[in-house]
Amino acid sequence: MLRLSLPISTRLSPSPREKQDDASPGGLPYAHSSPLAGKPRLPSLLLPGLMPRHVAVIMDGNARWALRRGLPPSAGHEAGVRSLRHLLHLCSHWGIPVLTVFAFSSDNWYRPKAEVDFLMSLFERVIRTELDNFARDGVKICVIGDSSKLPSSLQKAIAYAEESTIRNSRVQLIVAISYSGKYDIVQSCRSIAQKVKDGVLQVEDIDEKLVEQELETSCSKYPYPDLLIRTSGELRVSNFLLWQLAYAELFFAQALWPDFGEAELVEALVSYQQRHRRYGTRSS
Amino acid sequence: MNVDGTSYDQGLYGSLCESMRKCIFKVLSVGPIPVHVAFIMDGNRRYAMKHRLSEGDGHKAGFMNLCHILRHCYDMGVKYVTVYAFSIDNFKRRPEEVQGLMELMVESITKLLEAESIVEKYGIRLYFIGNLKLLHKDVRETAEKAMKVTADNKRVVLLVCVAYTSWDEMANSMDKSCEEKLDEVRKGGGIQGNGEVIPRGVRVEDIERNMYMSVAPEPDVMIRTSGETRLSNFLLWQTGKTALHCPRALWPDLGLWDVVWGVVNYQRSYSYLRDQLHK
Repeated sequence: MLRLSLPISTRLSPSPREKQDDASPGGLPYAHSSPLAGKPRLPSLLLPGLMPRHVAVIMDGNARWALRRGLPPSAGHEAGVRSLRHLLHLCSHWGIPVLTVFAFSSDNWYRPKAEVDFLMSLFERVIRTELDNFARDGVKICVIGDSSKLPSSLQKAIAYAEESTIRNSRVQLIVAISYSGKYDIVQSCRSIAQKVKDGVLQVEDIDEKLVEQELETSCSKYPYPDLLIRTSGELRVSNFLLWQLAYAELFFAQALWPDFGEAELVEALVSYQQRHRRYGTRSS
Repeated sequence: MNVDGTSYDQGLYGSLCESMRKCIFKVLSVGPIPVHVAFIMDGNRRYAMKHRLSEGDGHKAGFMNLCHILRHCYDMGVKYVTVYAFSIDNFKRRPEEVQGLMELMVESITKLLEAESIVEKYGIRLYFIGNLKLLHKDVRETAEKAMKVTADNKRVVLLVCVAYTSWDEMANSMDKSCEEKLDEVRKGGGIQGNGEVIPRGVRVEDIERNMYMSVAPEPDVMIRTSGETRLSNFLLWQTGKTALHCPRALWPDLGLWDVVWGVVNYQRSYSYLRDQLHK
């Protein structure tokens, strides 16, 4: 396949984890050994005062990771869960208060039924089994997206997890399931339209601040990501957090999601800390 | 460079370059050519600093290169080009710079409407997209005149986003969509259900119809110059599935190869995206 050269800011060497295919026992290679052991120290490359407050991740590449290893897509998704667990652990110890992950897009409903059913049961299993880890790491979980399409058992698991972790304050994990940026904006508009119809608001009151308050990310103290990371080399945002990404720094990693680990996160954070954010104004 | 997008050198070297350009476009045409390309034209001021020019001259160099890039795009087969000329956020800059940019806009639009300009040569229909009420009166009037004068051009389209942010566009669209729903309720319209009429909720189509950018399809490729990788509140709604390309070149330095590379990356991901959409 022709190897195309990306701009330097997005060009990354292949993850060293791609070379660890045969590393683990049990025939299922995975990228992270004991990811939750101890408290990971912030690497000296990173400045504590310049850490992003909100990191968003498009976790792309599970199926390709599995295909390369001759495994079914389900193995890729399981490996992806381990990556997420590791990333969450790092965020909670490196002072990143909000992590949003794109777990399942509105478009993903069109995937084969078997894969969709597997993902729904995977989400439910992970949410239930991770509650102790959430308590230990101070994780508050929120799920955004159109929950009406989710199986009722998953809806119940989500509600229980959100309620159980509501007082946790070290890191907020926002999981986007059955979500799209356009859906979020439309539901915000519907909510505003209802308030106008009910006489709570006037049409003239509709402004950017009002829209922001009605978006699903208003569950967070920092609703707008400072940094968006997309794995697997695809250079697009795929209908994720469209409104909220207005000023986010974008980082495109070549690594497939199951191979995204501490080294790749450090690379993304170093890139973020070197950027000069102007928000349309001038620095001098 | 000229306002019709050609460069000064029309001798033997110029002819060779032109032949090579046509050859490159021929090769590219084997794959899908994007219908709509959007540009965030970043780097004029840094270009001016690099070449020890005034800030105004940096923006002028940016305008000249815009004509050059438009020529490449339209010759390649692109039908719609959108450029981010002036954000609502840019009004926060120094008043002298804002004034200078407003004057340059009037001057540039006037040049585009002259005989033998790129607009005439390519039959470009012009749209000025944004909250035009925020513009200085002379800029607004010049822009409105340009849209009127080019309204019958049908070959290709140039959308210039001025006094624009995506947030403003979406809030404006929601405003209009809510007004429509309210009108529908007042007139008793909606969906029949359970013996009563229920107002139909706002849909994606309602928001899209009321967007400033509803005159064009969603961009296939977005190119942001100067190496920055962020969207800066530009076409957020429309670029959910757009291929992004962030060359290091400053806007006035952006050349044919950067545009070609953006299209090649689009073609490379086209089959992957098509497979994803069909899954």
